[in-house]
Amino acid sequence: MDSQAITSEVVAAHNLTREEYARIKELLGREPTFVELGVFSVMWSEHCSYKSSRVHLKRLPTTGERVVVPPGENAGIVDVGDGWCAAFKVESHNHPSFIEPFQGAATGVGGILRDIFTMGARPVAAMNSLRFGTLDHAQNGRRNRALLAGVVAGIAHYGNAFGVPTVGGEVVFDDAYSLNPLVNAFALGLVRHDQIFFGKAAGIGNPVLYVGAKTGRDGIHGATMASAEFDDEALEKRPTVQVGDPFLEKLLLEACLEAMRAGAVAGIQDMGAAGLTSSSCEMAARAATGVELDLSLVPQREEGMTAYEIMLSESQERMLIVAHRGRERQVIDIFRKWDLDAVVIGRVTDTGSVVVVHEGERVAEISSKYLTDEAPLYERPMKSKADGGRRTGEGAAVESGTTSDAGASAAPASVRAAVGDPTINAEPGASVGGGVDIVSPAPPTAPALKEAARDYNEALVRLVTAPSVASKEWVYQQYDHMVRTNTAVLPGADAAVVRIKETRRALAMCLDGNGRYCAVSPREGAALVVAEAARNVVCVGARPIAITNCLNFASPERPEVMWAFSEVIDGMAEACRALGTPVVSGNVSFYNETEGRGIHPTPVIGMLGLVEDVRRVVTQGFKREGHLIALVGETSEDLGASEYAATVEGRGLQEMIAAGACVPRLDLGRERKVQEATLRAAEEGLLESAHDCSDGGLAVALAECCFSSLGRGGVGAEVKLDGGELTPTVQLFSETPSRVVVSFDESQRTRFERIVAGAGAPFRVIGRVGGDRLRISVNGDELIAQPVAELEAAWRAALGRKLRAEDVAAAAE
Amino acid sequence: MKFGVIVFPGSNCDHDAYHIISKHVGQPVDFIWHRDTDLGTYDAIIIPGGFSYGDYLRAGALARFSPVMASVKGFAARGGFVLGICNGFQILCESGLLPGALIRNRGLHFICRHVNVRVETTETPFTHELKAGEVLSLPVAHAEGNYVCDDETYAELVGEDRVIFRYCDERGGLTEEANVNGSRAFIAGICSRERNVLGLMPHPERACEDLLGSSDGSGLFRSLAATLAAR
Repeated sequence: MDSQAITSEVVAAHNLTREEYARIKELLGREPTFVELGVFSVMWSEHCSYKSSRVHLKRLPTTGERVVVPPGENAGIVDVGDGWCAAFKVESHNHPSFIEPFQGAATGVGGILRDIFTMGARPVAAMNSLRFGTLDHAQNGRRNRALLAGVVAGIAHYGNAFGVPTVGGEVVFDDAYSLNPLVNAFALGLVRHDQIFFGKAAGIGNPVLYVGAKTGRDGIHGATMASAEFDDEALEKRPTVQVGDPFLEKLLLEACLEAMRAGAVAGIQDMGAAGLTSSSCEMAARAATGVELDLSLVPQREEGMTAYEIMLSESQERMLIVAHRGRERQVIDIFRKWDLDAVVIGRVTDTGSVVVVHEGERVAEISSKYLTDEAPLYERPMKSKADGGRRTGEGAAVESGTTSDAGASAAPASVRAAVGDPTINAEPGASVGGGVDIVSPAPPTAPALKEAARDYNEALVRLVTAPSVASKEWVYQQYDHMVRTNTAVLPGADAAVVRIKETRRALAMCLDGNGRYCAVSPREGAALVVAEAARNVVCVGARPIAITNCLNFASPERPEVMWAFSEVIDGMAEACRALGTPVVSGNVSFYNETEGRGIHPTPVIGMLGLVEDVRRVVTQGFKREGHLIALVGETSEDLGASEYAATVEGRGLQEMIAAGACVPRLDLGRERKVQEATLRAAEEGLLESAHDCSDGGLAVALAECCFSSLGRGGVGAEVKLDGGELTPTVQLFSETPSRVVVSFDESQRTRFERIVAGAGAPFRVIGRVGGDRLRISVNGDELIAQPVAELEAAWRAALGRKLRAEDVAAAAE
Repeated sequence: MKFGVIVFPGSNCDHDAYHIISKHVGQPVDFIWHRDTDLGTYDAIIIPGGFSYGDYLRAGALARFSPVMASVKGFAARGGFVLGICNGFQILCESGLLPGALIRNRGLHFICRHVNVRVETTETPFTHELKAGEVLSLPVAHAEGNYVCDDETYAELVGEDRVIFRYCDERGGLTEEANVNGSRAFIAGICSRERNVLGLMPHPERACEDLLGSSDGSGLFRSLAATLAAR
């Protein structure tokens, strides 16, 4: 196989274009060997090279006084005080999780954990952002349920055994993800400032060690797979999904940290996508050195593996270590203690090239910079929604691709929606967005919204039981979220809080995305997501300090997708600058489309916040009868692309766009003031509770504040809203950003008002905690009166009820 | 008094147990690698939670063959105190130091949440500072915590007052709903005939600080420390 002739078919099968292949020949000054072709194909894949995204990613802010390691390493690192640093990153495992949900999700967790401990940091927290199609969809519901159950079981399998608490995240249901679920895994580790390790092949003559699991034929060309869209043969790609072993990874963690502590390690990198190829090439490129490897020495699980297979295998739980010369014995002994292989397979050279020898034969010799710096860079064509003279409804171009059907524009709105939006099944009565029957499209005017929501109580119940809003305890109770005894705010909150045991400080973290907003308006949508993520950590009493991002998009080869990507980058950059949260790590996942249908543009933000004093952490639940409730921020009319429009009115995205829906308007200046006010009040110890208003608006936020939590029973509230011109529906369910519901003791009212006014944030006292019902009146009319216990029971049970026993049983093993 | 926390490949609550002993009980504590066999200097041994040997074959089934377990048996036979938490409980059952077995949870899922357990007896070195009938809020985090045993064993456990903790509702009632994993007779923890070996599925070491949601687990460590101090 190593000597296979390279034909144009072979080049195409490696996902390289004719131009790219010509460039390879030009760089090498000769034809590549078959092994070299394999190496180029993975290193130049979208997944490894970021060839379509790099020109845009440069526009993100990546510097700040806390940034210790900016993007470019295995994970970003920020200073969190007292000599401690946090290493964190989020990464996608979308494609493998669709093909094989359990192992795909499990190895996603495994990969991100390795990215963290390769920096020398012990992982102390994990989170996940998950997106699936709706669970009771007529055609795809069964598969969506199986995907959810399988992915959750896979995450639990890996994270629980490894011993990292899975403390938070998000789970969202939208049919845009029906055949392309998103599984984004986040991990965070702690490391002392002076004990950070890098993926560098430093020190000429230093030995290169292969450590961890043996190499098998699994996962060959996984990176290439993740860089192409799916067709109906996708499930036949199952052999390219790797199998994870969290037990082995736990041993690998302990052995790596022990070897690092011993001072024997000069550089280290995990073998993730593209395995031995990417780890060796990237380590050499970062250090401007060369590496010479003898593949015959690589521990192998199977017989007769070729050089090509060994270089491209994506077997899990493996690392490449460059040890200090003379210390290799010590490394080997430490790994042996943990029952792991550690073998010297090569050395660092001064040639600048990666040289691969197999059974005495030189099978590859490539300058490492050809694989990294010289990798292709594309400025792909872009085309905005506004280009090409297309009108309403054609926003579909952004998220669902095939909008060339000119006839669709002339059809009535409902038909157009059915054509353009596969979330809407053609058969009548098919359910979307939480099992609500499709409401016939209403004219895009405010009175229509009002009519559709005559029964506000019913609307509130529908919203809190919509799977995207309902309690996610069915999911997070399957994750060990308390191991390591640091979890100060448990899952289900705006943000999770993990204390740093050795200090008074704690870290707050959350993952947020909003595909619907980004589909309507990618730039504003991305900024809204950053703002919400920052607000979420503020609500637990943390100052936002940095982000990681996972950018999930459809094919970059489509101009409208590339345009959305560029817009998202600009929106994110603007919000990050305004909020002082640089981007320190991240990941781009393109080609999220199946059978020509793409997902919504879905940037997911992992926000890190710093709590100065863990005893001042704030949680969302109302604490005591009599406390005052205030809204920091102001409500305006932002219902167009809201959860209310989706769930209560049953509108698909196309309908929303056709009706002229906009995303909420974000004023970053106000956002900062609201966050500053909330944070100052929290740090002064004034707040009894704080909760972000997001999906479902103020009414849903208030309900969630009423629900019980560990050691605290549910409690009612009486709220009076007086909104002048705004309709009751807007007052209750609008998703205006920059709003936080807080409660405090009446005796603190003056101090609270001084702080909030001082920060320049609008606010209003809107009610009082008490009773066993949530009562909300608008302009004097009591529109909502719900027994908290009943509402909470419905909210808690909603998600679990959607899952059938067989889904669970199928995922259990 | 000196504590030892055993570390198997795959243990992951070892640091939590160590932390509780050193910071909350305030006593000397060592990690004991599973290949070490000398337990001579210890007064109490903790077998922590986690996934020893990846839980391959069966939870705890491989750890029982680790060299240290023979020493633990000897240590227990000489009257030393042994506390097995979660995976530690599973290992104690697999080793024969405690009767019965822990099988897959009734609902098939891994479950992590706070549950209520009732203190069934204070007549042990681990519970004498608690009150009989007291309800504790303790976290569980396991997939195989469903306690089973034959009728004869169960009669013996009850007859000898060896059921130490039972899952219950917040008022101490034994309701099916409160039986988080489907255990026989709501059993959450049992002790050996000599009462010096305790195994339980809930994690008392995760419930020793209000910051983490509950400090109801601290009574167990307080009891054990008092027992050791009085020796």
